[in-house]
Amino acid sequence: MDTSNARAEILARIQAANGATSGAAQLLDAAWMALPRDYVRQGLLSVADRLHLFEERLTDYGAHVFHASPKELPGVIERILTDRGKSKILIPEGLPQSWSPSNIKLQQDDALDAFALDTSEGVLTSATVAIAATGTIILQSGAGQGRRALSLAPDYHLCVVFAGQVVETVPEAFTRLAATSTQATTLISGPSATADIEMTRIQGVHGPRFLDVVLVR
Amino acid sequence: MRKNAALTQIGLHPQTAPDFPAAAKGLLQDAQLRKNVRHATDVIQAKRALVVAEQTDWQQLREAGRAIREHTLEHLDFYLEQFEANCQRAGGQVHWARDAAEAAQMVVALVQQENAREVIKIKTMTSEEIRLNDALEAAGIHAYETDLAELIIQLGKDSPSHIVVPALHKNRQQVREIFAREMDLPNLGDRPQDLADAARMFLREKFLRVQLGVSGANFLIAETGGVCIVESEGNGRMCLTLPETLIAIAGIDKVVPRFQDLEVFLQLLPRSATGERMNPYNSIWTGVHAGDGPKRFHVVLLDNARTEILADAEARQTLHCIRCGACQNACPVYRQTGGHAYGSVYAGPIGAILTPQLQHMEHAQSLPYASSLCGACYEVCPVKINIPEVLIHLRGRIVREHQQGWSKLNPENLAMQVVANIFQSRTRWEAAQRLARVGQWPFVRHGEVIERLPGFLHGWTQVRDLQPVPPQSFRSWWRARAEQASTVADTGSRKSF
Repeated sequence: MDTSNARAEILARIQAANGATSGAAQLLDAAWMALPRDYVRQGLLSVADRLHLFEERLTDYGAHVFHASPKELPGVIERILTDRGKSKILIPEGLPQSWSPSNIKLQQDDALDAFALDTSEGVLTSATVAIAATGTIILQSGAGQGRRALSLAPDYHLCVVFAGQVVETVPEAFTRLAATSTQATTLISGPSATADIEMTRIQGVHGPRFLDVVLVR
Repeated sequence: MRKNAALTQIGLHPQTAPDFPAAAKGLLQDAQLRKNVRHATDVIQAKRALVVAEQTDWQQLREAGRAIREHTLEHLDFYLEQFEANCQRAGGQVHWARDAAEAAQMVVALVQQENAREVIKIKTMTSEEIRLNDALEAAGIHAYETDLAELIIQLGKDSPSHIVVPALHKNRQQVREIFAREMDLPNLGDRPQDLADAARMFLREKFLRVQLGVSGANFLIAETGGVCIVESEGNGRMCLTLPETLIAIAGIDKVVPRFQDLEVFLQLLPRSATGERMNPYNSIWTGVHAGDGPKRFHVVLLDNARTEILADAEARQTLHCIRCGACQNACPVYRQTGGHAYGSVYAGPIGAILTPQLQHMEHAQSLPYASSLCGACYEVCPVKINIPEVLIHLRGRIVREHQQGWSKLNPENLAMQVVANIFQSRTRWEAAQRLARVGQWPFVRHGEVIERLPGFLHGWTQVRDLQPVPPQSFRSWWRARAEQASTVADTGSRKSF
């Protein structure tokens, strides 16, 4: 579809409205750098307080938080899944073998179709970064996190987050994401929810209705 | 009740909608609607106040948000071209549409190119603005709205009344009634959880089957060519990741310079919109990702009078808007009438300035007057749009337009000319006061108040009484007092001799 006429016309209208064509990219860079950014960029909490805040905010949104040392991780994963009544769970490519729980079947996502994802018992992934202040976990398409549909269509999501991945503020998270900013990125804050009926927050609409997080330190 | 239902069912179109006062008058009779709107906006405002108060740097964030939006608009041509180049490099296709009709036809053509008969949609006010669903239906393509509120609107053959929570005017019993009828679930309960579960069941099969998704966009990232969508339910993620093809429609004002700028807007938007520290899901993607999500991705960039708004130095801050709806929840007018009175998908204070401008100032001219100018909207705006200032500016534009050509002979304009002339001179002003004192007697009730003014002046007394012109004005009292004082002073000085 050729829309180059419309394109030229719209750009010309913008230039007329602004009284000029935009300057050189370097000038724009300088103007952008000079924009006021006096908001809090760097968190001030101690590591323990930051992790505590993260847990509190996740819980506030209806996610369940569990703790594990790296050594305990497979055992904790197994216990959570067993308590949830899961016998088989999906995993993305690149999830560390060492996490594997012994009594749960793992099925690697191999371009499964949407119906297969939908009927699965749940999914286990890692994360890239997490934000304490907002109780947010961030997944990208890296190893152990998989494609976006994988953490969406199953009704249950178990996510492993390492203490070192948890930052306090939103700006700190975006600084960490900068290098991989073109990857498919999903920010998840609690289970799927809606407030569309009388502004009452109800959990569980189309995304996973159950979100568990293991915090590893 | 029936009258209001009819009003909403014709669909909101600024070119055919009744004037705000006429529409509001009817809607104000609907006690249920007012109760629903009041309840929802109270809840949302209380939640917002809590999460804004805990954000100690809120004012700094607002200022950063304002500055980024202003900077972006100043260099909009550069950032749009940069977005286009980067999106295309990542496998997306970018199309440009001058107006609503062009954009709607473009989307229809893209859907037909895929031989699709059905599409799944994420809530997008831009698609409401261009009346996309009508254009799709006309081409024999069915659009499934997947956002819970939009589903309520679509199944109830209703119109959106709020930009974030479009079905805010319906309560749970009314939603239950619509779902029970349209989804054929006679035993459906009316707890919000029952209703959300019903929507999940109803839409699941559509998500898994339909191969074409249509979305809007919250932010276009020039630096990377990425697109960001902010949502709660996961219906957005479904539409963004499961279909083979995705079409996103975005106003040209949606661009931000860099990925890092999201750190500002993703703090401002959720807290302002739904009173959450962060909404459940934010998706950011860049073009087409191999093995992950749609294989074809189109972006339709829409102008539709936005460049005209840009050309108006005093009104261009309208384009800073990030569509959070906080001004609607805070507005004492919106809270009484609800959204449908505005005759536009953009209701409330932002709608009052945006809608007439999107209509080239040719329609919806009553909207800039649908405000008490109290400033509550400005106070809650996350990007500091001075809505009262723009409202007054637009009122001025409307008046000046009515002073052109033959229309300058309209009675209101003539009366205003006379009043302006009287205000210019003290003698004329005092003569007018004397005249009014004599002429007002037929209208003064019980010797105290004027309850009803004649002719077109009666609008003033429609909802308030007017004090009559008093027998003595302050000026004449002051003058008399001064004269009296000098007489007393003269007498006094004589006595001291």
